[in-house]
Amino acid sequence: MLALFLRDVRLGVRAGGGALVGVLFFLTVVAVVPFGVGPDLNLLARIGPAMLWVGALLASLLGLDRLFQADREDGSLDLLILASDRHMLALTVLVKCLAHWVASVLPLVVASPLLGLFMNIEPLGIAATSLTLLVGTPAIAFIGAVGAAVAVSLPRGGLLVSVLILPLAIPVLIFGVSAAYGAVNDPNPFLAPFLILAALTLFFAVIGPAAATLALRSMSD
Amino acid sequence: MRLVAENLSGERGGESVFEGIDFDLGEGDGLIVTGQNGSGKSTLLRIVAGLLPAASGVIRLDGGDEKWPDVAAACHYLGHGNAMKTALTVEENLAFWRVFSGEPHLDVDEALDMVGLPQVGHLPYGYLSTGQKRRVSIAKLLVSYRPLWLLDEPTAGLDKASEAQFSALMRAHLDDGGIIVAATHIPLGLDGVAELRLGGAER
Repeated sequence: MLALFLRDVRLGVRAGGGALVGVLFFLTVVAVVPFGVGPDLNLLARIGPAMLWVGALLASLLGLDRLFQADREDGSLDLLILASDRHMLALTVLVKCLAHWVASVLPLVVASPLLGLFMNIEPLGIAATSLTLLVGTPAIAFIGAVGAAVAVSLPRGGLLVSVLILPLAIPVLIFGVSAAYGAVNDPNPFLAPFLILAALTLFFAVIGPAAATLALRSMSD
Repeated sequence: MRLVAENLSGERGGESVFEGIDFDLGEGDGLIVTGQNGSGKSTLLRIVAGLLPAASGVIRLDGGDEKWPDVAAACHYLGHGNAMKTALTVEENLAFWRVFSGEPHLDVDEALDMVGLPQVGHLPYGYLSTGQKRRVSIAKLLVSYRPLWLLDEPTAGLDKASEAQFSALMRAHLDDGGIIVAATHIPLGLDGVAELRLGGAER
């Protein structure tokens, strides 16, 4: 399992893996917002955490469709399914999700404080946004695994995967943003939405790989 | 250990491709599956491996005990894809499958020696030629041990010398008490193994 994790992280980081592309896309989306809404610093600070979350959500969808498709094309997926006696397939899917998160999404979380400065968010807000991204984005990878598994045999499944999983990712977005706001706007609570966000991630960590396993098994021809 | 198929039928897209296949292979037995394109060779192998459901009939592994409970656990499946990542080096690819498949057998270097590619370990897999890629995925059969080899067109893209080398490897595996089911339309140079012809002229 560790071998699979290391292989997938390596693949994600090496040329063609697309880890850097995600960060560039995130940077582009967030950098464009100030041009769109104008140079009103207070407004930027107010919508900043939400913009960071939307940007990170969209950027983490990039490359998600390749999660199983690349393995299917070169025949590795067959072997991963055949090995399910030795390594439970749901666990294999979970490990692949985690590797995808480390290689493609963690860089987004690391870049988010810098982009927070672009949006004129105060330091506490930046810290809260990064923390909620760190806790919430794994849920998107787990949900994404389901979409990627369903669309694994479709040649141009990329957009379909995004359309399939965005509605499911909305609760994550809502609680992520409200926790980030709660940290800076006094009457709003921080802990309650943050804990729900953590619960969502744990919930999808179980449901996502199990559902993706079912989809992969029924698609295996 | 015996690999037994009873009255096995397979279908592809709702259409029956073969029916009533029976075979019974013991340790040291090989089976060459031949037939024209579309006769269901690959489908048969995928059904044997458990990747596709059989339309009817059963395939089972007798006497595998706890170590090899079913066909999927006991087999190396070499399909059309080579199951290697082009961005990783040959060594990294083989080392991954060696650890992931369990039952480590030969070292990566030894396995590459066996397929006649001792110098390519450090190269990215994508740099190799078609035949070399196939030979590396044959080396994958050697880095971890499985008693049953399911080979789908194993010699596709190989030159004459490599074909001979590969038949020697298959012969060694059979002499070692292994079982081989290979689908091919090129003679594999294996003597004394059974042949199963799929599909007649009808279609």
